[in-house]
Amino acid sequence: MQIEQPFSESGRPLPRRTPTSAPFLDGARNGKLRLQRCPRDGFFFYPRPRCPECLGDDWTWEDASGRGRVYSYTVDRVGLDPTQRDRLPLVVAIIELEEGPRMTSNVVGCAVEDVRVGMSVEATFEDLGSETLVLFSPTA
Amino acid sequence: MGKRAAALVGFTEWAPERKWERPMFGMEACAALAAEALADAGIEKGAVDGLVTGGLQDSPMFSPLALAEYLDIQTHFSEQVDIGGASSAGMIWRAAAAIEVGLCDTVLVLVPSTPAPPQDGAEARKMVMPPYLAGDAWGSPQGIYDIPYGLVAAAPSFALVATAYMDAYGVTPEQLAKIAVDERNSALKNPKAVFKDKPITVDDVLASPMVCDPVHLLEMVMPCFGGGAVVVTNAERAKKAKHRPVFLSGYGEYVSHKTVTYMKDITVTPAKPAADQAFRMAGLDRSNVDLCSFYDCFTITVLATLEDTGFAPKGQGGPWVAERDLSFAGDFPLNTHGGQLGMGQGGAAGGLSHVVDALTQIQGRAEDRQLAKADKAYVTGVGGLMASNVGLVLEGA
Repeated sequence: MQIEQPFSESGRPLPRRTPTSAPFLDGARNGKLRLQRCPRDGFFFYPRPRCPECLGDDWTWEDASGRGRVYSYTVDRVGLDPTQRDRLPLVVAIIELEEGPRMTSNVVGCAVEDVRVGMSVEATFEDLGSETLVLFSPTA
Repeated sequence: MGKRAAALVGFTEWAPERKWERPMFGMEACAALAAEALADAGIEKGAVDGLVTGGLQDSPMFSPLALAEYLDIQTHFSEQVDIGGASSAGMIWRAAAAIEVGLCDTVLVLVPSTPAPPQDGAEARKMVMPPYLAGDAWGSPQGIYDIPYGLVAAAPSFALVATAYMDAYGVTPEQLAKIAVDERNSALKNPKAVFKDKPITVDDVLASPMVCDPVHLLEMVMPCFGGGAVVVTNAERAKKAKHRPVFLSGYGEYVSHKTVTYMKDITVTPAKPAADQAFRMAGLDRSNVDLCSFYDCFTITVLATLEDTGFAPKGQGGPWVAERDLSFAGDFPLNTHGGQLGMGQGGAAGGLSHVVDALTQIQGRAEDRQLAKADKAYVTGVGGLMASNVGLVLEGA
């Protein structure tokens, strides 16, 4: 089985840069959470060349607020991805953004026991070398 | 009522094994499974004119073609089904549908789940549960937006569903744990179950290691190797079968996502539209069902399925489970073979085990765990990350 996932020098899986993902990853690199917005259907995630609602291509990139809430979460205690084992316990969460769409991320900046569904969070960024991840921490 | 054109007449099922001691290729397994299932049905190989499989490691492309050649079977219907753990149940309805529309008369559903050669430990495990769930190809959204955050393998996805259920409906850890306990009680009566000798309590489940909050180790399936096969044939030929024919009177399927993050509502699974379709087709009310066999990769999968298939009120699955005995001896028989939680998940054949559980009961072959009344069953398959669902209504002739 050929695994095509790129990895950082520290062994962490990296988001792969494609023509479609590059504007989002460029935003993250510059400390911005950027989303596409369809003039009819509103914001959507993840980046696509066509709006997932209407399949239109007249969307625009916009800076999002970076604010959201925890929609659900879990704490990985065993490192199901062996490359993540030095981050345990790892909070894997679904974040519902203020603009509407949901994204997969991690909640950092607080004890794992303090994470709750509905908790207010804001974007923070983690530099992995060649790419940057969008993480979330409790709203200050 | 319902469809009466195709019946399940024979099957075979290999006991799930954590270590597979008999090296064989997928096609070699298929030949053995085919021989056993046809003998059970009392049907000659020459009558088979349809093949459905979930794919073969030894022929990842063109699997049904390779299989036709290997078994020397000429087909009017050949298919490879890939909707995750729901594939086995999905193969059953596709076989029946092909017979219903008159494409063919007898279909072999073959699910070999033996390790991929070479049978090196690490390689074999990778084939059973690749942590990235094949989401790592170039440009895959999963590879870009989920995997780097650790949403890999199956456990965190089902844990995210469980957390949401606990928050929305107050489902308790004890209620979820009880599902594993009741299934284990049935497994104790199944000689093929991996856990046939080990009773457990709710306290045991809650004391087992936390894998992904709130999912404990004893709330997850044990991945195994195994295999299974089912013979589906037309109503006419079914009359001559050795065992009681079991008609597939209704079926439904629903596929909605791959990553749980993008579910419209994480507490509403594809089990609902699949069940609504299946029961509508069968013309059957839920109250007429004698037993259920629900795909159970995790305890939350069973709880959500009970609610979304309409057996338990939405949001009430926790207390509903607590008030009932789900074992073969109880008031709501569910997974009387012990489920995959108690029997072990023999790869994709773990999904077929639910079909076999219903067949075994309806044909009166369940021995120590036989139900007094077992004429109608509802079987589900769940694939991916709560992403696909197949529902089958099975009725004895």
